[in-house]
Amino acid sequence: MRRRNVLPGLKLSLGITLFYVALIVALPLGALIFKAASLGPEAYWNIVSSERAVASYRVTVTAAAIATAFNLVFGVALAWILVRYKFPGRRLVDAIVDLPFALPTAVAGIALTALFAPNGWLGAPLMDAGIRVAYTPLGIMIAMAFTSVPFIVRTVQPVLEDLDPALEEAAQSLGASDLSIFMRVILPILGPSILAGVSLCFARSLGEFGAVIFIAGNQPFQTEITALLTYIRLEEYDYAAAAAIASVILIAAFVMLIVTNLLQARGLRYTARS
Amino acid sequence: MSRQTHTKSPRVGDGALFRRTLIALTLIAGTVLVVAPLAIIAVQAFSRGFEYFAATITDSDTRHAIFLTVVTALIAVPINTIFGVAAAWAVTKFDFWGKRFLIVVIEIPFSISPIVAGVAYLFVYGLQGIFGPMFQDAGIRVLFALPGIVLASMFVTAPFVARELIPLMQAQGRDLEEAATSLGASGFRTFWSVTLPNIKWALLYGVVLCNARVMGEFGAVSVVSGNIRGQTNTLPLHIELLYHDYNTVGAFAAAFILAGLAVVTIIAKVFLERQGAGRRARPTLAAPFVAEKTQ
Repeated sequence: MRRRNVLPGLKLSLGITLFYVALIVALPLGALIFKAASLGPEAYWNIVSSERAVASYRVTVTAAAIATAFNLVFGVALAWILVRYKFPGRRLVDAIVDLPFALPTAVAGIALTALFAPNGWLGAPLMDAGIRVAYTPLGIMIAMAFTSVPFIVRTVQPVLEDLDPALEEAAQSLGASDLSIFMRVILPILGPSILAGVSLCFARSLGEFGAVIFIAGNQPFQTEITALLTYIRLEEYDYAAAAAIASVILIAAFVMLIVTNLLQARGLRYTARS
Repeated sequence: MSRQTHTKSPRVGDGALFRRTLIALTLIAGTVLVVAPLAIIAVQAFSRGFEYFAATITDSDTRHAIFLTVVTALIAVPINTIFGVAAAWAVTKFDFWGKRFLIVVIEIPFSISPIVAGVAYLFVYGLQGIFGPMFQDAGIRVLFALPGIVLASMFVTAPFVARELIPLMQAQGRDLEEAATSLGASGFRTFWSVTLPNIKWALLYGVVLCNARVMGEFGAVSVVSGNIRGQTNTLPLHIELLYHDYNTVGAFAAAFILAGLAVVTIIAKVFLERQGAGRRARPTLAAPFVAEKTQ
């Protein structure tokens, strides 16, 4: 496998890459970690474990978890109907799935707020039914679900497309019911891609800002997400607190990144064998 | 692929009742969650008539916001494209120590909250940051000015071009480039006439997605721009400003422009996917980690 590489451009391409990564990605993240670390353990802990900060973690993580759970069902169903069924407008639906990625988050934020406001198209009937969406945790969940739904569809869809019909036929010929085939044959094959999609979806929801702040109401302890608390601390010129809270989001993102990579590596081993 | 199975027994979930129910439920949820927001933007933007819409988007602050957004994209997108191509070339054409780590680092901005990105830039170029006082003495404004907006945009979109090219170039291998080089072609000639024709659609695909994200970025730019009306407001920030001024119709008029950009992006995406770019051409899960082992 080791052979001499005759291709030119290693120095130039790697030089540009390392320079860019160092200047654009590593330097700012390093500066943030440095700033947070320079607070000292006690001051750092006091900020990140303050009541308001902890409440914001609770709001963010709960909303992200519920939005992800919703997208798990909705995303797999959407991938399923796009791959397995033919219906008018299927290709249009397939294209529209990417809208949440293409639509700027601020635009999504004001649109969802208008839609779910107490006098909005969907907010008004929901108010009649006694459900308030805008300016409540439910609104945060809807904004998070909107911005992250393509992740699960787009990770599950290709695996579903490549699914060998022979597997189902074998199970059918042995007399298994559809439900049993789905649970015991199809789901295990989709498993790694679903997990990868779920972790991407959850990570995106944890960090979402633009779409959430318009619909959230932003009441401390109730509808204030961690990213917004960071922003508020900045506006108060409390840079130490902003650095500390931002570092918590950063650490959470790194943990999610490691989890995603491990899941992908596992998924690849799994698919490479078959 | 599934065509020939239609003559045999129906596949799982092909029962008419189940199929129709699932399609109906999913499409209703999809309409509520994805289509309705798009529709309400159009309705709200024109709710006071076309004249008012035209007046809002030709207002000098809005025009300046559009101008700033376009200038930011014109700077950030080409630089990101050069970086993406260089990174893909380095990672796929050579073996070196720490390569997998480098790929992970390139992907980092993708999983980081835009607010964190903005705050991080504050601690580099802000007055309380590492280089802030130095730039201040030199009379260079980075934050609350165009350079800060461009830098923050480049951070959030750093992986966009590279992540489209790396899996594709990994799968294509090195044989063609090695043949061209051994026949005496220069590095740039090899890239231009051998590599580029094979990756052009994927490259364009990455550029389109990168551009959409740069023009729509809100969180990171919001922190570093200072939101100065008519000066450092990009279009997404201008939407927020109008919205908080209780000029809802104006906010939706500005949002309508960005929604139009999103629709154009999706159409371009569909076109490029038909040319073989994007997820259809890509192995199911991120390939960079295995391809080198199986070669």
